[in-house]
Amino acid sequence: MRKIRLIIGREIKSKLKNKTFIIMTILAPLLITGFLAFMIKMTQSEKTEQNVLVIDDSQLFKDKLVGNDYISLSFTNQKLEKAVGEFTEKGYSCLLWISPTVVEGGAGAIKLFYKKSPGFAFQTYVKDQMERIIYESKLKANNIDPNIISNSKQSIKIILEKVNDKGSTQEQASFGLFGFLTGALMFMFILMYGMMVFRSVMEEKTNRIVEVIVSSVKPFELMLGKIIGVAILGTIQFLIMGLITFILTTALSAIFLKDASSQLKVFETQQELVKKNGTNVNFNELEKFDDKLELFDLLKKLQKIDFVEVFICFILYFIGGYLFYSSIMAAIGSAVDSESDSQQFITPVMIPLMIGYFIATKTIMDPDSSTVFWGSIIPFTSPIVMMSRITNGVPMWELLLSLSILFVSFIFTTWMAGKIYRTGILMYGKKTSWREIGKWLFYK
Amino acid sequence: MPDILQIKNVSKKYSNHVALNDVSLNIAEKAVFGLLGPNGAGKTSLIRIINQITGPDSGEIFFKGEKLTQKHVERIGYLPEERGLYKKMSVGDQVLYLAQLKGLSKAEAKKRLTYWFEKFEMQSWWKKKIEELSKGMQQKVQFIVTVIHEPELLILDEPFSGFDPINAQLIKNEILELRKKGATVIFSTHNMGSVEELCDNIALINKSEKILDGSVKEIRKANRTNTYKISFKGNLLGFTNALWTGGEILEKHTEDDIHSVTLKLTPGVSGTQLLQAILPICEIHSFNELIPSMNDIFIMKVNQGNGAVGTQSNYTE
Repeated sequence: MRKIRLIIGREIKSKLKNKTFIIMTILAPLLITGFLAFMIKMTQSEKTEQNVLVIDDSQLFKDKLVGNDYISLSFTNQKLEKAVGEFTEKGYSCLLWISPTVVEGGAGAIKLFYKKSPGFAFQTYVKDQMERIIYESKLKANNIDPNIISNSKQSIKIILEKVNDKGSTQEQASFGLFGFLTGALMFMFILMYGMMVFRSVMEEKTNRIVEVIVSSVKPFELMLGKIIGVAILGTIQFLIMGLITFILTTALSAIFLKDASSQLKVFETQQELVKKNGTNVNFNELEKFDDKLELFDLLKKLQKIDFVEVFICFILYFIGGYLFYSSIMAAIGSAVDSESDSQQFITPVMIPLMIGYFIATKTIMDPDSSTVFWGSIIPFTSPIVMMSRITNGVPMWELLLSLSILFVSFIFTTWMAGKIYRTGILMYGKKTSWREIGKWLFYK
Repeated sequence: MPDILQIKNVSKKYSNHVALNDVSLNIAEKAVFGLLGPNGAGKTSLIRIINQITGPDSGEIFFKGEKLTQKHVERIGYLPEERGLYKKMSVGDQVLYLAQLKGLSKAEAKKRLTYWFEKFEMQSWWKKKIEELSKGMQQKVQFIVTVIHEPELLILDEPFSGFDPINAQLIKNEILELRKKGATVIFSTHNMGSVEELCDNIALINKSEKILDGSVKEIRKANRTNTYKISFKGNLLGFTNALWTGGEILEKHTEDDIHSVTLKLTPGVSGTQLLQAILPICEIHSFNELIPSMNDIFIMKVNQGNGAVGTQSNYTE
């Protein structure tokens, strides 16, 4: 035991001194939060101040077309030709011209002049309003009360409810993307630390120090020490990255989502009211949140995720999956002599991992398919696929089955790897083949 | 002298060849033992079995009378032929780590390391990384790693490869000093010069089998071929006549009216008889018996085992 401890200690120390390792640990959370911030930013429309001069030759929109917090509209009777030349000098950011024939439609009925693009959000805002005004005026022209029309329009939303084993229902988050992301993270972690073990084994072999070491410790102890060392290192790194990410995202949500949660509450009460009363009394109140719908959706889904369950499963599957793959990696690391030979051995190990990754992408669309089910049971892919399923609610027996298969399999792969490793580390100058490795399994 | 190691009927097979076939050896304590043999003979396989890196298919090994087990590794020091160190690790950390793997406490390892660093005048290397050292310097570090836990049995596989003559001499002296202190050294090499200089006993392994073992002196004596080299002034023809049927001239060579003759005596004829026969007719400058070197014996025995014909004349006639 003392010797294994020494080996673990050296493994951890040598990596902690490595600059790339330290940079990775800090940089990765920055990238993750940066990506998150970018996504949130994308869901929020851009709001730049717009001061718009409107020439309404149709006389249809005066007093009906209104601005909002950041858009102000001023109507004028100026001639278009003159205004086009002057509006920027007078302090307007754009000029909106509406032709007398706008009601008949057709291209060129409405024109927007600008020097600096006002952005998509502004266009949508103006366009939606104008369409509604034209719609209502047309209804009026035909003596139809617009209220009748809007009252008969009812938006619906499908709520997904999955029946669990006890027969009760439960609203599902169905946040496939989040599941996929944890699956992808698992893929990355297993690959990263598996490669770390592979490199460490190969380094000792090509350095030729390995024979000195195995004259003091059993090869199996050396391999085990290495695998455990990297596992501890990985857990430390994961916790540090997790902590940094947690701090950053908390700070991030304080900045970006300050009002969003309280606004979400207001929005939901309004929605309830609309549903109950069946009228559009709060139409404008609801409309105010139109540009936040995507964000609300994201928030609601995030609120439904059981992060503790996800975290615990992630740790368990990481340990199982890592041990499963890293022992295979240690075995092939011992078989190769040089960096250039390593590719042909790593590829076959990468393939099942990649398959797991692809099944995880399938989980987003089709979480209950049999491919996904078997993918989350078979140990080659289960860590990745199960993580991608976890937010959809996985029955306990499936979780337990998949985890026990994974842990039994890693004992088997470690035992096998030990046999290959023992012979492999002392083989030099021979080009190794899979056949050869197979024979090593049976050496005494 | 009791034996530190008894190797009994050890065999080891790999999938496509036999590495060791029923090899038995006794290695005496407090002596230098040479394990000789051509490449691929099975020396390294035997050494790895002694170090318990691999196990034998059959046969047993006893360390000071006890069956060899994992607990004995701390009493063995091993310098493999394929050797190296962590390139990125500092010299000090590295030796401390490897010494602790051999069972030393950290404090003890530090103390002994300081001793060796002073002895080899390399105190300033402590913090240096291995990759910053020259090859010769690395070899010194490697040697310290091998002996720092003061092993009772030291196994050195081709220890002098990579050393310049000065460092090689330094290491040779260390080996002899360790033996004086009571260590046993097993020493595997192709360098026959160092075998004669250092080894007390040897074993010769060829094609997975032991073909010769014993003390160096006795082996050389047993392989005497009754060959002499004589330098003299006088009549070569007279010399040949005096020799008559007592022997056969293998080689002759004349320089400044001094003749050098290498000859092999007929079995039953002694050197003294030869001297008596030629003394009256010539003035003798030197008279030497040519005892075969370990190198000659090595080549002879290996070729004999391989069934080569070319050098057979050396011993059959």
